[in-house]
Amino acid sequence: MGELRLMKGNEAVAEAAIRAGCDGYFGYPITPQSEIMEYLMAMKPYETTGMVVLQAESETASVNMLYGGAGTGKMVMTSSSSPGISLMQEGISYMAGAELPALLVNVTRGGPGLGTIQPSQADYFQAVKGGGHGDYKMIVLAPASVQEMADFAKLGFELAFKYRTPVMILSDGAIGQMMEKVELFDPIARRTDAELIAQCPWAATGKPKNRDHIIITSLDLDPAGQERVNLKLQAKYRQIEKDEVRYEMISCEDAEYVFVAFGLSARICQKSIDIARAKGIKVGLFRPITLYPFPVKQIAELAKKVKGMLVVEMNAGQMIEDVRLAAGCSLKIEHYGRFGGIIPAPDEVVRAMENQIIGG
Amino acid sequence: MEEQFAKLDIRKNENIVYKRTDLLVDRPLSYCPGCGHGTVHRMLMETLEEMGLQDKTIGVSPVGCSVLAYDFMNIDMLGAAHGRAPALATAIKRMWPDRFVFTYQGDGDLAAIGTAETIHACNRGEHFTMIFINNGIYGMTGGQMAPTTLPNMRTSTSPYGRDTNIMGFPLKMTELVAQLPGTYYVTRQAVHTPSAVRKTKKAIRKAFENQKNKTGISFIEVVSNCNSGWKMTPVQSNKWMEENMFPFYPLGDIKIDGVLVTPKAETVKV
Amino acid sequence: MTCLQADRFHNFTIYIMTEEIIIAGFGGQGVLSMGKILAYSGVMQNKEVSWMPSYGPEMRGGTANVTVIVSDERISSPILNAFDTAIILNQQSMDKFEKAVKPGGLLIYDPNGITRHPSRKDINIYSIDASDEAGKLGLSKVFNMIVLGGFLKLKPLVAPEFIHKGLEKSLPARHHKLIPDNEKAIEIGKGLLKPLNVLN
Repeated sequence: MGELRLMKGNEAVAEAAIRAGCDGYFGYPITPQSEIMEYLMAMKPYETTGMVVLQAESETASVNMLYGGAGTGKMVMTSSSSPGISLMQEGISYMAGAELPALLVNVTRGGPGLGTIQPSQADYFQAVKGGGHGDYKMIVLAPASVQEMADFAKLGFELAFKYRTPVMILSDGAIGQMMEKVELFDPIARRTDAELIAQCPWAATGKPKNRDHIIITSLDLDPAGQERVNLKLQAKYRQIEKDEVRYEMISCEDAEYVFVAFGLSARICQKSIDIARAKGIKVGLFRPITLYPFPVKQIAELAKKVKGMLVVEMNAGQMIEDVRLAAGCSLKIEHYGRFGGIIPAPDEVVRAMENQIIGG
Repeated sequence: MEEQFAKLDIRKNENIVYKRTDLLVDRPLSYCPGCGHGTVHRMLMETLEEMGLQDKTIGVSPVGCSVLAYDFMNIDMLGAAHGRAPALATAIKRMWPDRFVFTYQGDGDLAAIGTAETIHACNRGEHFTMIFINNGIYGMTGGQMAPTTLPNMRTSTSPYGRDTNIMGFPLKMTELVAQLPGTYYVTRQAVHTPSAVRKTKKAIRKAFENQKNKTGISFIEVVSNCNSGWKMTPVQSNKWMEENMFPFYPLGDIKIDGVLVTPKAETVKV
Repeated sequence: MTCLQADRFHNFTIYIMTEEIIIAGFGGQGVLSMGKILAYSGVMQNKEVSWMPSYGPEMRGGTANVTVIVSDERISSPILNAFDTAIILNQQSMDKFEKAVKPGGLLIYDPNGITRHPSRKDINIYSIDASDEAGKLGLSKVFNMIVLGGFLKLKPLVAPEFIHKGLEKSLPARHHKLIPDNEKAIEIGKGLLKPLNVLN
């Protein structure tokens, strides 16, 4: 068993990044995720593993530092919360276009605008549809616990390098601020420069005599060339959709109705299952873990077996569009949401299921 | 026939007195005839060749006319988003401290959209070289007003001349960054005459020597022309540059080895 | 959700499978750290725990509360609106959380500063004069541990040896010299409870 600790989600993702062999963190303070950089600065990994930790002048600078580091093959990450992630969209699009691996942690808060500092899931569309310009996607992992904040830092880096793509951990203020028991994985040594050069032949690391110079760019002024870039990206996304779908099903074996929820909402729905089942209502939970790639097939299968689905989100109805597309049938699928930093209570969610799906 | 043989004869190695450095890719430059970019590219690549740094250098190109600099420079390079080259270079140099890192930017990129990244990279005292080509105009997008456009200078977005009451004043970014403790060597040069080219190359050499000692930012502004944007012939534009740009942007060192110096008086023509 | 269950690994009996607790009071009373010490002790005993604070302007405005769940099972929602136990340290929290205790549940409060005492008949209610006692003994820094002691007397969720480990893990090393005071305070708290309404 790995080391057990009681940690905040924000601390866990930071500790896991150090342990995963991260080479560099670049960030800018914003509530409710500032503990990530605070933790890293306090741990001084630059004195132990050699990981660089730098406070940038803005989220714009952070994401472009990420782009610079990623272009040289380094394992780099940033973190922010909703307004800061909006500022980063340009850089994310550039990284997707240039096919660079990077990890972004979004500890979301309520919006629009400056909004609130309380948790929200209103950035689902921005994360899964490609929030910047151009036809791109990034892999989006939705942790529902502090344990997953730690685990997904490692998984996120693995997927980022496997597919040379930006990966986002879409968390929220509650997961970031709450403490839970975490079992930490054993530290993995950072790659040496020689290992990096061997593993990342695409990276700009300095041109030796025996290879062509490497250019990291998302620019191809020739439309035919740019179409080839896009086709290559789309082929990669089809592969990701085939191989990287992750989800969890709870109490679905005999369920007549299911909640569909991710992240914190899924945790609340687990409690709602207990409440509903005590009343004799057979309810289960489908939790997408990867929001992109979305578990389309699995939801379609489930839709054939149940009488109705309630999509519970801390937003005005975003993932429900993907659930309805995936189900692709006349099944009753409704949305229940609270917004602006309000977290729905477990019994409130059960009432919504009763009113909107079972009785509605 | 004899004449042709004689020409070939001249191309023998022992007869060569000058040739293109291998650090420039053998392809035509995309710049307008008379533009200073090609000369700065050559000085930069020659310097890296002379210092034997091809395999240890990572460059960052901007958005602007020199967006395709990576196609001409035979070294590993990253193309940055508009204005963000210093952010990329910061991360690269911090994670590859033994590599030589430079940014190459124009005035719109470095002094308008990228002002924050420029100031903060300089203020943190990052250990890389910044090369700043200032021609007082947005060249690639078709000659719009830049932060460095001179008062009363005509551009496509200041067609009646830059009215400083409405459009503000030209920004002397180089003087500004010289005030920051993180800059070590700050100079303003040009490439319009052979002697200016030699001085620029010397400045570039000094900047990369500084990287060996991790002294902080070396910042080289090259005042250049944009004969297309200025709507002049190359010769006219060089003359206009001497008469109008140099008085406002005087050539010479501004900071050497971390100490501010006064620009030489003779370069200031009023 | 409570049930009687013997812990297979340790030589004592625990009464609770899942305990859902709200601790609420003023910022500065050690509400969050009381929750953290309880949660960390649970981790040391290899239980599942969650610690969910109210955060943001509300904290700066004066009131602080934290939901702590200690369980033998995977924890579902870390955010709740009904609790097995409410530990209440000021009037605002009493107004807010007395009604949130599940029927048959437990309410422990420090009467210092309380103007409207709890009135429910369907829950167990104990008072604990922790702030008075802390003042008398010069242990005001560990006032919150006196309250925790009272709670642990009624619900021994974690064994004392794990409380010790929880203190070690929760407190920064420079405060480890205060661990004996903390443990003393917990013991004092165990003897300070006054039953006000006890269900059969």
